[in-house]
Amino acid sequence: MKIKSQKDFFAGLMFLVIGVAFAIGAIDYNVGTGARMGPGYFPLILGVLMSILGLAIGAKGLVVETADGDKIGKWAWKQVFFILAANFAFGILLVGVPSLGIPQFGLIVAIFGLVFIASMGGYTFNAKEVLILAICLAVGSYVAFVWALNLQFPVWPSFITG
Amino acid sequence: MELFDNLALGFGVAFTFQNLIYCFIGCLLGTLIGILPGIGPVATIAMLLPATYALPPVAALIMLAGIYYGAQYGGSTTAILVNLPGESSSVVTVIDGYQMARKGRAGPALAAAGIGSFFAGCVGTVILAAFAPPLTEVAFKFGPAEYFSLMTLGLIGAVVLASGSLLKAIAMIVLGLLFGMVGTDVNSGVARYSFDIPELTDGIDFVVIAMGVFGYGEIIANLSKPEDEREVFTAKVTGLMPTKEDFKRMIPAMLRGTALGSALGILPGGGAMLSAFAAYTIEKKTKLRPGEVPFGQGNIRGVTAPESANNAGSQTSFIPLLTLGIPPNAVMALMVGAMTIHNIQPGPQVMTSNPELFWGLIASMWLGNLMLIILNLPLIGIWIKLLTVPYRWLFPAIVLFCAIGVYGTKNSVFDVWMVGIFGFIGYVFHKLGTEPAPLLLGFILGPMMEENLRRALLLSRGDWSVFVTRPISASFLALAVLLLIIVLLPAVKNRREEAFVED
Repeated sequence: MKIKSQKDFFAGLMFLVIGVAFAIGAIDYNVGTGARMGPGYFPLILGVLMSILGLAIGAKGLVVETADGDKIGKWAWKQVFFILAANFAFGILLVGVPSLGIPQFGLIVAIFGLVFIASMGGYTFNAKEVLILAICLAVGSYVAFVWALNLQFPVWPSFITG
Repeated sequence: MELFDNLALGFGVAFTFQNLIYCFIGCLLGTLIGILPGIGPVATIAMLLPATYALPPVAALIMLAGIYYGAQYGGSTTAILVNLPGESSSVVTVIDGYQMARKGRAGPALAAAGIGSFFAGCVGTVILAAFAPPLTEVAFKFGPAEYFSLMTLGLIGAVVLASGSLLKAIAMIVLGLLFGMVGTDVNSGVARYSFDIPELTDGIDFVVIAMGVFGYGEIIANLSKPEDEREVFTAKVTGLMPTKEDFKRMIPAMLRGTALGSALGILPGGGAMLSAFAAYTIEKKTKLRPGEVPFGQGNIRGVTAPESANNAGSQTSFIPLLTLGIPPNAVMALMVGAMTIHNIQPGPQVMTSNPELFWGLIASMWLGNLMLIILNLPLIGIWIKLLTVPYRWLFPAIVLFCAIGVYGTKNSVFDVWMVGIFGFIGYVFHKLGTEPAPLLLGFILGPMMEENLRRALLLSRGDWSVFVTRPISASFLALAVLLLIIVLLPAVKNRREEAFVED
């Protein structure tokens, strides 16, 4: 059997898997009855509904003809990696990971880390330009978030401020 | 007149120095970020939300409303000058607006969008003020069964009126509802789907979903497209004012757009976007006057009508939120989240228990529209400069603001991990051609729907027929079914697909 619409087929598959997972999870909780709904009642209904929808969408992807096969296309792994890595690096640098022995570096270092890693996901990478951007963003964020809005951030590395 | 008393109360609240300033800052920030291509209003509001946490509730909501209008306005500027719709509701503005800019008439196009939006905003505010009290009274008569059915209708309406595959949109709603189940169940105290992670027992933060899916997801999708050649009309904006001839054509278009937008905005779903499309279609059907430029080649009516319509629509889409507590679109879903952060449960009781907030917000909507026109037309030069900022500087900044915003919400680094995960999920949605807006709606409505379902079934002793035996509830459900049937009719289905395709 040929897949007529890749997007629909895999979207359906995704919905089906998630629906089944939530439904199985819901059975583990007390489902209860209509008059006395347990914590699993509504999620079970939704999980089943989602699985049915997933099946329908997936079936549509197998049956309904599309002009170009509705291809998903290439995944932009490079961009996914750098954007998400930038985000995770920000979190790690900001507060540190004590269990791995990574100290807290604070907001300023985290901003530099995020901007450099994220920029590597772009079309071009010019270290000098990125450095200037990072400095601007670090100063701007300090003024806006720490100074003006008074949000509570660890700003400097813990081994400097103690 | 009660209406005037109420508005007077509202203006009293809005005209304090503090609130005026917040309204102004909101409009300014909203325009600033909304103007940047590739960031829609949902991501803009989510990103700026943490900036309002420290404010008192009234000021925070006023500022958020300002941000919303600013983002909408900014989107149309981008549409006209760069040929890139900043958000879905300015998709049609692009068609004639960009052509006007190419012919050296960017100034009048921007002015037409601004004036049209301002007029529509004024009308929308009056409609909101007039219709809110009676609707609120109706809402007080609703029981849990009615609310459950109304939410179902709202969710169905939201996807029926939006673009894209209907089945996938419904599946996204259900997925949103399921995500809303994560966390501690209020009735039994059971921590659902939290995998023994303490942070998950509080549920997933809506800011995390909004920023991950709309912020990171969109950035990754944008970056994976080949770098586009952007043509920005920087030097060519001279002479803002439309000519007398322009005004003559604009005014009827403005009136039609406003009327259509106000009516469609109340409906759940992509009110602003649908009304822009509908307004443009209607303008295109009217006969061209002698000497008028055809549509698609820079007709000023093609800018005025959709812009008036989408602004009127975004104004009246506050009606279901403020009176029933039900968000009609993703932006309003974020407003619900913002209200809950400030301990305001959106719904009919807001107007009676918190009249200053309610009327103050409405008055500041009008003020926000006024500020935008003051802010936008003279400052257009600055906004144009912003458009020339290359994307390679923008996207790291957006990633940074999302990360800071997410951390700042609860000072929890766990949310930073979560936003990364949702960023990936958002990209998967993009690849699979599923529209994420219904997800956010479902997520916000999930816990409310469950609670109302629970109460309704408790009262009926587990009898599901309660939803069809109570007349109001039954008519909501019938309407929802009717909507689905209408959309699935082959004739309408084809038209719907056509309507959302640019021509």
